[in-house]
Amino acid sequence: MAKITFITVDGTRYDVTADSASTVMEAAIRNGVPGIEAECGGACACATCHVYVDEAWREATGEPQPMEEDMLDFAYDVRPGSRLSCQIRVTDALDGLVVRVPERQA
Amino acid sequence: MLTNLVETDVVIIGAGPCGLFAVFELGLLDLKCHLVDILDRPGGQCTELYPEKPIYDIPAWPEISAQTLVDKLMEQIRPFGPEFHFGEMVTELERTEEGFRLRTDGGTTFRCKVVVIAAGGGSFQPKRPPIPGIEAYEGKSVVYSVRRMEDFRGEDLLIVGGGDSALDWTLNLQPLARSLTLVHRRPEFRASPDSVKKMFALRDAGEIAFEQGQVAAVKGEGGQLEAAILKTPEGEREIPCTRMLPFFGLTMKLGPVAEWGLDLHENLIAVDTEKFQTSEPGIFAIGDINWYPGKLKLILSGFHEAALMAQAAKRIVSPGERIVFQYTTSSSALQKKLGVL
Ligand SMILES: Cc1cc2nc3c(=O)[nH]c(=O)nc-3n(C[C@H](O)[C@H](O)[C@H](O)COP(=O)(O)OP(=O)(O)OC[C@H]3O[C@@H](n4cnc5c(N)ncnc54)[C@H](O)[C@@H]3O)c2cc1C
Repeated sequence: MAKITFITVDGTRYDVTADSASTVMEAAIRNGVPGIEAECGGACACATCHVYVDEAWREATGEPQPMEEDMLDFAYDVRPGSRLSCQIRVTDALDGLVVRVPERQA
Repeated sequence: MLTNLVETDVVIIGAGPCGLFAVFELGLLDLKCHLVDILDRPGGQCTELYPEKPIYDIPAWPEISAQTLVDKLMEQIRPFGPEFHFGEMVTELERTEEGFRLRTDGGTTFRCKVVVIAAGGGSFQPKRPPIPGIEAYEGKSVVYSVRRMEDFRGEDLLIVGGGDSALDWTLNLQPLARSLTLVHRRPEFRASPDSVKKMFALRDAGEIAFEQGQVAAVKGEGGQLEAAILKTPEGEREIPCTRMLPFFGLTMKLGPVAEWGLDLHENLIAVDTEKFQTSEPGIFAIGDINWYPGKLKLILSGFHEAALMAQAAKRIVSPGERIVFQYTTSSSALQKKLGVL
């Protein structure tokens, strides 16, 4: 179980709790966080669950895998810390994670 | 354009898993099928979106990868000799006295008695890149596919993307373009290593430019592109260009299916649950494209729909002929068709 905070473009914070072994994307969809579309349902086959991981959390969430990097090519305004939230698995170590939702999804 | 006329019992629009299995069920009833798909290979979403992913809810397959499922379906329908028309989109569908006439954008015309729409989430089409305001340039100076290479002669061309399409067109259009810049977010590519090597060789020879970055905005007037603003690791940069070719993958759009006058339910084709027939007798819809109360967009639902649809299709193609219910395990007639007897 981990508490995750999503911050949307207008600064609104969404604090949600996520089960371990679910994904950050699933936590967003379950709690209706706006701006996370997840068109493909979590298959790393689109780029519509893009988030920016807060700097303090980049080490804990790790680097994107090659397949995720490939999909990130299709995302909007990719920056350091860009991840597809369907590829971040929730663990207890991510309790307190903060991610930002980009201005738009691909 | 060269036209090609095909006559057959059934035309199946879409070669995804449900279109493929329909060949089997129709084949057992001796109906001959042609399939059309925009993609260049069978499998629909399974091959295009998640070939390597395991599927866990195909009956009797505790786990099977999406590509293996498609390969197995192809093997299963082989005895029925389905004919495939890949790389073509069905654009027109109209009723005639004998049945239906369909046309594709590739110049093929079909005449058939029954149409099965297995168009899934719609036709795969190039994705619009997430660049604000790009719509205003589309079709004129921003294009998503190359129909005629000559259209790019003498232009200042900007190609965006890091896959095979971006690399291939960089190599092919370089000799024609006045200048060519390839833009990609990172120095790694998801393309054949050979193309990447050739591209870098052209860059080293000064024939093209390669910029690492993302297109943040476009500039121009009246649909005519003048420049693209790139966000690069070193900051913003303006690249003059008159044509842009973005390659951002494929997405599914309902496409022409919506224009055939069939009753729709929120962008899906409404069907009955006895025959999976649309509002137009003789036109059926199975798989992800259809809707009825309780519909689940699962492969197994599409398989069931194909079986019931085939019974109704047979009655249209061979009116008055008695359909005998048979099992493949015990019917010698069916086994002959399957080539196992
Ligand atoms: C990531 C992901 C995971 C999934 N996991 C599962 C799962 O575990 N279990 C499960 O049961 N389902 C799963 N699905 C859903 C499953 O893939 C679909 O239900 C299935 O692909 C639907 O098959 P279909 O044949 O109806 O359509 P599709 O597979 O969508 O194929 C339709 C084809 O029709 C073509 N087409 C459309 N219009 C035209 C036209 N006008 N002219 C020519 N061609 C046209 C398209 O190009 C496409 O190839 C998943 C889907 C995705 C995206």
